[in-house]
Amino acid sequence: MRLERRAAPSAAMVWGAPLIALALTLSAGCLLFALLGVSVPGALHAFFIEPVTTRYGLGELGVKAAPLIMIGVALSIGFRAQVWNIGAEGQLIVGAIAGGSVALALYEVQGWYVLPAMAAGGLAGGMAWAAIPAFLKVRFNANEILTSLMLTYIAALALSFLVSGPLRDPDGFNFPESRLFHDAALLPRLWSGTRLHLGAAVALAVVIAGWVLLSRTLLGFALRVQGQAPRAARHAGFRSSTLTWFSLLAGGAMAGLAGLFEVAGPIGQLLPSISPGYGFTAIIVAFLGRLHPVGVLFAGLIMALSYLGGESAQITLGLPLAVTGVFQGMLLFFLLATDVLIRYRVRLGATR
Amino acid sequence: MSETWVLALLTIVTAATPLVYAGIGELVVERAGVLNLGLEGLLLGGAVAAFAVAHLSGSATLGILAGLFAGVLLSALFAFLTLTLQSSQVATGLALTIFGIGLSALIGQPLVGIAFAGLPSLAVPGLSGIPVLGALLFQHDVLVYGSFALVGSVAWFLSRSRAGLVLRAVGDSPEAAHALGYPVIRVRYAATLFGGACAGVGGAYLSLVYTPMWVENMSAGRGWIALALVVFAIWQPGRLLFGAYLFGGISILQLHGQAMGLAVPSQLMSMLPYATTILVLVLISRDGGRIRRNAPASIGRPFHPTL
Repeated sequence: MRLERRAAPSAAMVWGAPLIALALTLSAGCLLFALLGVSVPGALHAFFIEPVTTRYGLGELGVKAAPLIMIGVALSIGFRAQVWNIGAEGQLIVGAIAGGSVALALYEVQGWYVLPAMAAGGLAGGMAWAAIPAFLKVRFNANEILTSLMLTYIAALALSFLVSGPLRDPDGFNFPESRLFHDAALLPRLWSGTRLHLGAAVALAVVIAGWVLLSRTLLGFALRVQGQAPRAARHAGFRSSTLTWFSLLAGGAMAGLAGLFEVAGPIGQLLPSISPGYGFTAIIVAFLGRLHPVGVLFAGLIMALSYLGGESAQITLGLPLAVTGVFQGMLLFFLLATDVLIRYRVRLGATR
Repeated sequence: MSETWVLALLTIVTAATPLVYAGIGELVVERAGVLNLGLEGLLLGGAVAAFAVAHLSGSATLGILAGLFAGVLLSALFAFLTLTLQSSQVATGLALTIFGIGLSALIGQPLVGIAFAGLPSLAVPGLSGIPVLGALLFQHDVLVYGSFALVGSVAWFLSRSRAGLVLRAVGDSPEAAHALGYPVIRVRYAATLFGGACAGVGGAYLSLVYTPMWVENMSAGRGWIALALVVFAIWQPGRLLFGAYLFGGISILQLHGQAMGLAVPSQLMSMLPYATTILVLVLISRDGGRIRRNAPASIGRPFHPTL
């Protein structure tokens, strides 16, 4: 097998590669199910069909897709500018802590302004946490991949500390969890009989905003040039520090808001663990969606299905939940592998 | 009293050793111009493979070999994608981490809750009898001695051997190395697989010695800390060893802090290694010139011989 460079990148393969990657992941998944000793058709049904056969299941798809899409759009903006915010999970946690703390502080208050205040807290928390790697990158040139990741571990420990100490439910028999938020601090549901909440609508708005930003504004253009040709960006007068700040703060804001939506939506209180790795999965979502907001929308739905499928396969087939992670990792691997088709043709046979 | 202190100091060694293995491997990989961000996945893959094989066969040696092999296998996947298929090294490294976490959790499912005897310590005859010092320096397991030998060999290889010179040339200027007729891609493959083997052994140390059991996600960020250590070491093996032991020292506080009378919640203590990593990265990175002079010039950049 050898690679032959195409004269121009293939436009068809830009969107064809993710579809091929999905097909390859499905095939590898069948192999995995066979190795685990479960019936392949049964597993496929449990993983991909069963979760979305009920109204509740469809609602859950939106519940899980919303944070992935919100964070995925923001991350793809940063990734375009080669700003690698890998710590969205930590920003999500700090957003949840900050917004959740507002809810707990306003525990006695019933008012329309409780939720907006919580959302502001979530945004501010996520942005503050993302501001640390941005500052360290711009001021000290410290690698944002490593700093944002370390901050994720710190955030998770901080949440665990807070819910087992200062924010613990006083009437909760010492369980490490906060009080349940009251009604004014819970997100309105969009669809009766499901848990689909306001966050899904916000996610759609984020997709549109992201699309406008990237394709219709100077800032979006600067971000794209910065990623593809940093020297050209410098000559054009785009400041890389501004773009770094913007990328990280945007990621932090969306992750923080998504975190707040988790605790004010499906969870309804602060727990030691509030996210099944949305911040990390959103990285895959961003790549699978070709760093394009509309692509991210579809990629978010697909990855949301992988979470639901993992849960359903655990219940009906007794498969470990870790299958989801394996699926997600495989999908990203196959996607990166098939990306080669955009710029190269694969020729079978010996080298000339 | 001195018993407790010796025990506490021994924690440094057990905490540092996995970082030494993962870090020295990654150092060689990066010196060849490849950035493998998948260390966390490699550590977990090594840890689960080592524990599974050691548990099934009863042999720690076989377990270590299995960890090594798992590291090689996973890094071969990374090498194929980044070196042959030219995928982004950053994205592929992240994929390796996500995949490694998931796969190790899946494989390790039946192993949770089983304990392993650990590695026997090998006392150096004559020297291990020295009070305090003997226990600290000459009564370790084979992997601890091995880690020092490994760092020494890598240091010698990189600075004194012809092959090491070629590897550094490939990392600094793949175009020039290619023009001189050196097989850039093959050298990078070899370096990446070596790094994977080292990380696999580091993972084996985690599940066979550090906490002799399998726990999901048990590397707890050590792969990322090792990556930061390579930067901290400005790509010098000796400094890497020093950095790893510095982090080992911090873990004493984490594990023995309560016993030493520090009344700080355990979660805050556990933040220490991560916070230190950030601090250390900042301290070393603020001198941009120093990083530029020492970093392999082509790090993270793909190379394709036909372009």
